[in-house]
Amino acid sequence: MKVLVAVKRVVDYNVKVRPTADGSGVDLNNVKMSINPFCEIAVEEAVRLKEKDPATEIVAVSIGPQQAQEQIRTSLALGADRGILIKSDTDLEPLAIAKCLKAICDQESPDLILMGKQSIDGDNNQTGQMLGALTGYPQGTFASELIVEGGKAKVTREVDGGLQTVGLSLPAIVTTDLRLNEPRYASLPNIMKAKKKPLDTTSPEELGIDTTPRVTTLKVEPPPERAAGIKVADVDDLLYKLKNEAKVIS
Amino acid sequence: MSILVIAEHDNSSLKPATLNTITAAQSIGGDIDLLIAGADCGGAANEATKVSGIGRVLVADNPAYGHRLAENIAPLIAEVGASYSHILAPATTTGKNIIPRVAALLDVQAISDISSVESADTFKRPIYAGNIIATVQSSDSIKVLTVRTTAFDAVSAEGGTASIEALTSIHNSGNSSFIGEELAVSERPELTAARVVISGGRGMASSDNFQLLEKLADKLGGAVGASRAAVDAGFVPNDMQVGQTGKIVAPDLYIAVGISGAIQHLAGMKDSKVIVAINKDEEAPIFQMADYGLVADLFDVVPELNTKL
Ligand SMILES: Cc1cc2nc3c(=O)[nH]c(=O)nc-3n(C[C@H](O)[C@H](O)[C@H](O)COP(=O)(O)OP(=O)(O)OC[C@H]3O[C@@H](n4cnc5c(N)ncnc54)[C@H](O)[C@@H]3O)c2cc1C
Ligand SMILES: Cc1cc2nc3c(=O)[nH]c(=O)nc-3n(C[C@H](O)[C@H](O)[C@H](O)COP(=O)(O)OP(=O)(O)OC[C@H]3O[C@@H](n4cnc5c(N)ncnc54)[C@H](O)[C@@H]3O)c2cc1C
Repeated sequence: MKVLVAVKRVVDYNVKVRPTADGSGVDLNNVKMSINPFCEIAVEEAVRLKEKDPATEIVAVSIGPQQAQEQIRTSLALGADRGILIKSDTDLEPLAIAKCLKAICDQESPDLILMGKQSIDGDNNQTGQMLGALTGYPQGTFASELIVEGGKAKVTREVDGGLQTVGLSLPAIVTTDLRLNEPRYASLPNIMKAKKKPLDTTSPEELGIDTTPRVTTLKVEPPPERAAGIKVADVDDLLYKLKNEAKVIS
Repeated sequence: MSILVIAEHDNSSLKPATLNTITAAQSIGGDIDLLIAGADCGGAANEATKVSGIGRVLVADNPAYGHRLAENIAPLIAEVGASYSHILAPATTTGKNIIPRVAALLDVQAISDISSVESADTFKRPIYAGNIIATVQSSDSIKVLTVRTTAFDAVSAEGGTASIEALTSIHNSGNSSFIGEELAVSERPELTAARVVISGGRGMASSDNFQLLEKLADKLGGAVGASRAAVDAGFVPNDMQVGQTGKIVAPDLYIAVGISGAIQHLAGMKDSKVIVAINKDEEAPIFQMADYGLVADLFDVVPELNTKL
């Protein structure tokens, strides 16, 4: 089986970002960058599939600047076999990313594509579903359990009312939710080994993808600040204020 | 302008998220049609005709649409939606699952989770867990959007006189199937639509202790939510998670009990009107966000609240 995993380089989840002074973008100077947590879960899931079926090949692909190699190397250290960087110095929209991934699917013919359900920077939650439309493959989004067996994937999805289970024929796209697994840490020997694993570089142009943006960001701003509140002394004080000041209980 | 709103429903009735999405459509302006795709969905369709502000209710009633599998519904919406200027769906897990697939079929860049309509092509949306609000403008000929329902009021479910039109087109991709579901049954209001939400975190320490919060919720007519830590620890099921990657809530009153206030949690509740935090650590970041903070052990004060209310 061949598994393609899409990994994105994003601002680390511990960083609280701010708009630049002129409001034209987000200030990303000197902030720590990491692999998107949902993508890390996708890599882990691929590695677990390989542990069950050693014939599995895992290809990690990222679209981003030269430095996105770091996130591919992280994936290789976790257990992916080789990497592909689609180099782009501008931020691409999910549709363009999905078109790049479609081109890689055409070249690699994976049986399974594992991706994060959302990136913690753009928060779009679109790319996997778009790749589904472009390839015609079925999708199991927001997965909390994945079983691959007999040419089919059984995916349990986290939905608003609880859980839903769907069956997908392969090739299929699965996007990860937080509870699918807990990613391992890469060991030092594996980090060293990852440096020698193959990593190819291509670009949207080489793949023949038109990445012209459809959506322009006009402005970014911080959300309205909440005025700092007060501490109340005890339960009686709290109930008094909720009734008489905030008037949210009667 | 002509707007197609994708209804959220369970075949027998409409979900409230539909009503908020219609308000977002009204702030764009134009004729609004509502699409109901389901199986044996006559109940939802009839309710839809009464909703105010709708011109036509388009009904695609077929077993292929019964469980709203994206592989079958996305091509239907792309086909019907191609003649509209805007396609809107609530940013529920159903909307998020289907809408990007529709957008890619139409070769459109979708815009997720809009929190305000600035004009027919310009919208605001939160990014970076709500730490940044971006104003974005679409140049695509069809705007395909999901709507953050807590940011828009609901239209009235009564008073409308829409006509029903049956759609006969059937898309059945055959590459996906519904196997089963485990849906939570609760007598309490739906988390995303409740006027009062009481959420528990890791500090609750066990599943049983959540009964304290359920009791409080029942006294206040509210719903119970949770932090990711409480869900990961197995205290409560995933559909109760509030936050960046869970549900977005904006009730009149949000009470956070034993929750520290990580940005990913705040992203899901900071638009609540009044926030109360109960935490024994006075340094907990949640207090910076709370209108009323009570530094105390939850196992003392929640039972006390329950007796005094
Ligand atoms: C302030 C700001 C302004 C922006 N302005 C623009 C703009 O004007 N024009 C523009 O085109 N873009 C812009 N972007 C970038 C854009 O919003 C997103 O970063 C981009 O569209 C990807 O969306 P996402 O990562 O949220 O996708 P999601 O759909 O949330 O990602 C889901 C999954 O898709 C996969 N994936 C996504 N991206 C990649 C990738 N690069 N490599 C590998 N896998 C990936 C991963 O598995 C990921 O977990 C802007 C971003 C910001 C923060
Ligand atoms: C990609 C990503 C996405 C995430 N998405 C979400 C999300 O959607 N929602 C979410 O909630 N989190 C999310 N998280 C997790 C988030 O970062 C925090 O880990 C989580 O919110 C912490 O939950 P908590 O506040 O319950 O636990 P903790 O941070 O452990 O806080 C527990 C609090 O309880 C207090 N406490 C303990 N005992 C008592 C007592 N007896 N009385 C009173 N107070 C007590 C403690 O003082 C402490 O402040 C996400 C993380 C990542 C990386």
